[in-house]
Amino acid sequence: MASAFVPVQEILERKARPVLRDPNEAPTHDLREELFELEAKGELIVHRVPEPYVEVTTKFGRKKKIPIEHTWHHKSCGQCGHIPGYSASIFWLHRQFGLDFIDPTDQTSCTGWNYYASATSNAVAQLAVMSRNFAAAYETGYFPLIHCGTSYGHYKEAREQLIHHKEFRDEVRRILDKLGKPLVVPEEIVHYSEWVHVMRHRIAERQVIDMSHITACVHPACHYYKIVAEDAIYDPEIYGAQRTATVTGLLEALGINVADYSTWFDCCGFGFRHVLVQRDFTRSFAVLRKIEVMKNEVDPDMVVTHDTGCVTTLDKSQFAAKAHNRKVGVPVLSDAQVAAMAMGAHPFRVLQLHWHSTDWRPLMEKLGIDWKKHWEEFQEDLDAIRRGEKPGITWEEADRPIAIAA
Amino acid sequence: MDWISAKPTKYADVPYEEKLRLFMEVKNDPRYEDFLYGCYECGICVSACPSARFYDYSPRVIAQTMAREDVDRFYEIMVEDIWNCAQCFSCVRCPRQNNPGGLVTLIREVAVKNGLKEARDVLQGYSRVIYKVMLKGNQVSPDMLQPDFFPDWGPWVREFSENMHVWRKAIPVDTLRGVTDAAWRTDEKTLVELYTIWFETDNVDIVREVDEGLYELLLDVMEEALEEWQEEVA
Ligand code: SF4
Ligand code: SF4
Repeated sequence: MASAFVPVQEILERKARPVLRDPNEAPTHDLREELFELEAKGELIVHRVPEPYVEVTTKFGRKKKIPIEHTWHHKSCGQCGHIPGYSASIFWLHRQFGLDFIDPTDQTSCTGWNYYASATSNAVAQLAVMSRNFAAAYETGYFPLIHCGTSYGHYKEAREQLIHHKEFRDEVRRILDKLGKPLVVPEEIVHYSEWVHVMRHRIAERQVIDMSHITACVHPACHYYKIVAEDAIYDPEIYGAQRTATVTGLLEALGINVADYSTWFDCCGFGFRHVLVQRDFTRSFAVLRKIEVMKNEVDPDMVVTHDTGCVTTLDKSQFAAKAHNRKVGVPVLSDAQVAAMAMGAHPFRVLQLHWHSTDWRPLMEKLGIDWKKHWEEFQEDLDAIRRGEKPGITWEEADRPIAIAA
Repeated sequence: MDWISAKPTKYADVPYEEKLRLFMEVKNDPRYEDFLYGCYECGICVSACPSARFYDYSPRVIAQTMAREDVDRFYEIMVEDIWNCAQCFSCVRCPRQNNPGGLVTLIREVAVKNGLKEARDVLQGYSRVIYKVMLKGNQVSPDMLQPDFFPDWGPWVREFSENMHVWRKAIPVDTLRGVTDAAWRTDEKTLVELYTIWFETDNVDIVREVDEGLYELLLDVMEEALEEWQEEVA
């Protein structure tokens, strides 16, 4: 019998111990050192992380600087296009804390989604798109904060390729010369969820919605922690540093019960191409390997994740599964939306929950948020917009946290 | 003949030299050496792979085939398998530091660049996304959320498309408010710079291999925008 030979107890004990990694033993080179060497040779400019920043520990025990403000928000097309409450929540949080940032119009998406879906591009084009965006950020003096998990993963990988292949650097520099732009690489590639992570205690200090009776499952985003794995945040206090700490760290700070489930490592089923033109795969995987497993094992009130594709896939895949009597019906939110919700963001003006497909009403009710009242307020906004009385909702209307019923 | 399985070689009508040419195109990509270091056949990548659960597909076979330089099998993978990959990169937990998903990206790129029929077939119906990403610099936009394309997303899509214009105005973010044909408002100069990148990297020619009509359309719009911009700055 296998159990006679497998030292199960010893394995479990080892797994229970936090992992403390020595950066000197890291299995990979520190890319940032190579980056500074290239800068010293005059090959590129390194965009330094501005003060104030917080240092976090990454997978192999190295330190990573996460800027608090003076950030250039590299938006996500999937968030802005299809889940705008995701982007709005990130900006709302920055405004609540009075932080200095830029929401640029001199930005394209990374175009990585298309590249992973169709391969109708090439390495140099992808590097040039990234470098154009980084140069645009550098010109403003603000540091890139990447909203999309795919852009973040793609840029981490692209940065590695740029550093390791001179032929790519030469080609990208030639193109940037034509655009009148320098070749700039940020000192750190920073994902917004890392910013949320380092802000989590400040967010918790301003929490107005009690979430201690809520159970959540976390879906860690593949392109956040699997691509260039060494760059993701790990913390001995969270999962003993055996899984990434982002998202879970925030939820714990907000008092939410984070429930584990067996398929946490699985991807969501997005597939890039699949979610657009071959959704049988996406739907099946999202439901059978994620949502239904969560339902069966821990029956969460919500799923929280930190990437565009994961929110879209896990949320939108649940409708069709109902017809097959699958166990579904768990609302899906980003960590930024949960953080904003905890601080009292308006469910429709800010969180834009009406863009989500899986029913979020039971969650609102469990949280004591009178969504019907706020929906009526929002309908009045829409009517006023339709009548031409106002061009749209402004930050002045959206900034104010909702009044919570006693 | 496949020397391991003793099965007849598939796609025998395609000359070996042609398969070898395509294989070498993948192998000569500067990224190739970062993606493959040999393979233990341990199957860890397969256990992590979502597509392996759903399709007759294996990242291990891809890594093995490339490491063995089995050109015939490589061609089969190029024709039959690569589009199943979800590009999630769960397979990079490979103890050999391989990146099977990255190998798939390289093979896909070569399939597209060489206009393989299978690649063109797979990307049929995807052209509107390429159109958007090339011209707007965004992969998706609100106006792509149409009930005909997303019936399985439920009644929500219909509700959305009926209210799209007013819902878009009801977003407090300045760069998003009211924008329906892109994810956010982008400067004209930014788009001209993007088009310059597409031309300078021959990315437009790649699109031609997939969809000639789309290529012509993109060329018209981008060339006109570049000309107008040059006149404006002159
Ligand atoms: S990237 Fe492709 S091969 Fe690798 S685990 Fe994901 S689906 Fe499988
Ligand atoms: S995990 Fe790596 S070594 Fe193991 S079978 Fe897959 S590619 Fe080969």
